[in-house]
Amino acid sequence: MQITVTVNGQSYTRDVEPRLLLVHFLRDDLGLTGTHWGCDTSNCGTCVVRMDGVPVKSCTVLAVMADGHEVGTVEGMAAGGELDPVQQGFVQCHGLQCGFCTPGMMLTARALLDSNPAPSEMDIREAISGQICRCTGYENIVRAVQWAAEHPAPTEAEVSA
Amino acid sequence: MTATEVPPVGFGRMIRKEDARFIRGEGHYVDDVQLPGMLHGAILRSPFAHARIVSIDTSAAEAHPKVRAVITGATLAGLNLAWMPTLSNDVQAVLATDKVRFQGQEVAFVVAEDRYAARDALELIDVDYDPLPAVIDARRALDPDAPTIRDDLEGKTGNHIFDWESGDRARTEEVFNSAEVVVAQDMLYPRVHPAPMETCGTVADFDKTTGKLTVWSTTQAPHAHRTLYALVAGIPEHKIRIISPDIGGGFGNKVGIYPGYVCAVVGSIVTGKAVKWVEDRSENLMSTSFARDYHMHGEIASTKDGKIVGLRVKVLADHGAFNGTAQPTKFPAGFFHIFTGSYDLQAAHCEVTGVYTNKCPGGVAYACSFRVTEAAYLVERMVDVLAYELKMDPAELRMKNLLRAEQFPYTSPTGWEYDSGDYPRAMRLAMELAGYDELRREQAALRRRWEAGDRGELMGIGISFFTEGVGAGPRKHMDILGLGMADGAELRVHPTGKAVLRISVQTQGQGHETTFAQIVAEELGIPVADIDVVHGDTDQTPFGLGTYGSRSTPVSGAAAAIVTRKVRDRARIVAAAMLEASPDDLQWEKGRWFVAGDPEQGRTIQEIALAAHSSLELPEGVEGHLDATTVYNPPNLTYPFGAYICVVDVDPGTGQVKVRRFIAVDDCGVRINPMIVEGQIHGGLADGIGMALMEVMAFDEEGNHLGASFMDYLLPTAVECPSWELGATVTPSPHHPLGAKGVGESATVGSPAAVVNAVLDALRPYNVRHADMPLTPAAVWRAIQGNQFRTDMAIQ
Repeated sequence: MQITVTVNGQSYTRDVEPRLLLVHFLRDDLGLTGTHWGCDTSNCGTCVVRMDGVPVKSCTVLAVMADGHEVGTVEGMAAGGELDPVQQGFVQCHGLQCGFCTPGMMLTARALLDSNPAPSEMDIREAISGQICRCTGYENIVRAVQWAAEHPAPTEAEVSA
Repeated sequence: MTATEVPPVGFGRMIRKEDARFIRGEGHYVDDVQLPGMLHGAILRSPFAHARIVSIDTSAAEAHPKVRAVITGATLAGLNLAWMPTLSNDVQAVLATDKVRFQGQEVAFVVAEDRYAARDALELIDVDYDPLPAVIDARRALDPDAPTIRDDLEGKTGNHIFDWESGDRARTEEVFNSAEVVVAQDMLYPRVHPAPMETCGTVADFDKTTGKLTVWSTTQAPHAHRTLYALVAGIPEHKIRIISPDIGGGFGNKVGIYPGYVCAVVGSIVTGKAVKWVEDRSENLMSTSFARDYHMHGEIASTKDGKIVGLRVKVLADHGAFNGTAQPTKFPAGFFHIFTGSYDLQAAHCEVTGVYTNKCPGGVAYACSFRVTEAAYLVERMVDVLAYELKMDPAELRMKNLLRAEQFPYTSPTGWEYDSGDYPRAMRLAMELAGYDELRREQAALRRRWEAGDRGELMGIGISFFTEGVGAGPRKHMDILGLGMADGAELRVHPTGKAVLRISVQTQGQGHETTFAQIVAEELGIPVADIDVVHGDTDQTPFGLGTYGSRSTPVSGAAAAIVTRKVRDRARIVAAAMLEASPDDLQWEKGRWFVAGDPEQGRTIQEIALAAHSSLELPEGVEGHLDATTVYNPPNLTYPFGAYICVVDVDPGTGQVKVRRFIAVDDCGVRINPMIVEGQIHGGLADGIGMALMEVMAFDEEGNHLGASFMDYLLPTAVECPSWELGATVTPSPHHPLGAKGVGESATVGSPAAVVNAVLDALRPYNVRHADMPLTPAAVWRAIQGNQFRTDMAIQ
């Protein structure tokens, strides 16, 4: 089947098997290996990407379901080369160790902050509760998201002013 | 706490070098490796726990248009590769030839053009099995009528693997015979799994022309793997390159060599193409190294007023179908005999019997410090069981028996020499951070309400005080398959003063690229930014045994310090030549040698590096350049310790446990990067909550694995974990050049007992003395009803 998917603002048209998972489409067809795969059963969330802004687990989305949609991956987080505050927060607060769950965690955190710029600790814990990290015990991930909330990126108006 | 704004030159909090690539999605894990013409492998696995293989028909799979090769045990037998050595001097089937011995065992390997086609072809392989009775319950493995699992071993009948003991049996008996109080308790440390987020996998690329085999692999021990591949496959060792790229968590899961790795290598040799094999999550949980499965009978002896005098334990160890545990050769039960823990007692003795069952092989994994986890759990539960019987406060009982600072170095009843410690100080700090007395008052009020008929939540306070022995060797006592546990390091300082450190251990998330650069920076006084750490590639690094058992800092960290000091000594000679002074007259300050008494007269490392590579005349016998190599053979293990306090709320109506607080005081000696150390502890504390409350790999009576996906094998998420409260004491190791001790596994070792002790403390009004992990709502509720069940078996 032919599909056209916009990934990180760039449009890709490809012929794919109907059964191809979005995670494999991103990784194998487009070479965007920042999205990881970890469990098959939608439990671990290392494969989280944003589809039309909503975090989804790309191991349980078929590539054909993304036809005509916008997908955001970790590779698209640093707009114009400037790190997203979430990315900065993860570095500042040691929010990652092995780095495997990190892209999914950061994308979920960004989606949370887009809808809730000042989340409580429990808001953050609940937002990432569909994702597993085996290294950090979550403590520093929570702090990283709090850091990002406290250091929002300057808005376009502020930049041009 | 965030890292400091100005990076330190040496030890201290600083952000990690490796983060830059990970936060951009530019990490490079095994599954990210793409090579031209690369093929994909998939493994057909046994649905039975125990069955004879009657026949395997691969013809339909071979006819699949995208399939390039189908490899079976018969194919491998022709290459003498059907069996491979395990890390415990047993053998393990790479692909089954005669029988399958656990559910999920490897039976055939398909190589195809893409990963989907490889999976499709598995469905086309027809295997005729003749099912056999299975041994699932370790407690029945030695029954006279139990079927023999390992009939492949010449003359083998029964399922016994080994008996091992430590300590003084006779002396312990004497102590027990004359003791005022003896308490016994059976307990299980269930079968659990490290479950790193990245599963295991390999890309093998054999170049027929040069005979060179390059293997990208999820390995915590690339050099040991290289030697094993050479011994198993007969490929000369200098023609093998193992690359351990970014690794998505290890925790012990990635120490051994799995059949899939060997199959990928054979697949590449057979097809002439690179072959990638990456297991899925069910394969990871069903067939790669599990941890624990220790059935323990503990006995503790004390005086009436709570002075512990003796401890003994009998362990039945379920090692699965092949003895594939990973630990130093002389220690078949790992370091379990450190089970006397942190206490001053007169005598101790342990016996461990290993048995085969129809389950996956493994046993030493999941951040266990070679079975110190099991030992720490045993002793910390036994102390609480004693407190229960004596009706003593568990903190008071521990304070009464902890080793005192002046007893170090301390030789334990089973022969360990603990290097340093101040246990009461750590315990007092944990109690202070927790507000222990206030918590007990709150609990007393809740219990009064319970006695008055209120059946709301009960609160429990659990304590664990652990001592670990980490950083194996020394090499004279410790080897794995004959490879001594010592590690190399190599440091080169380039003419402009920038340095490259090459180490034998590699990170799976622990931050070696930062920590090891900080060690060089501390010792040489050049900025961390000027130091690159090369690791995880056998062609580029010196030999060493790898990262597991919390050994990177104790062993390789020491190697890094010593190699840097060698370079510093060379720099002194060069500086002396530059200053026309005697080396003996020079004095060191961080980054600079200067003339004693004339601080103006000095040279920085950068100036010295340039001079060392120049035409400067050096004294007779002194080589130019500024580099050095070393091999570090540790004189002893290091002994980190800690005091943990967990506070839980338990709903007796549902059995639901909520972890309210967790206070962890760790002493791992000198902290190179406290931020990274704290991160290691955080992760281990979450492990403790997982194991104590959620994680178990249980089996039904036919050997079906009941925890074979993350739907069934439950891991803690951010909502089960509290915000960790950490404290620290620092008791340097006297024999480590930096005073550092290992820490990677401390929290995983110490925390499960604290959580379990807390839950049982909450259940005190119901007179529950012990219940086995995991304390799921069902297990807690059944314990309250006085109707406990075995957590490791589906059918009792």
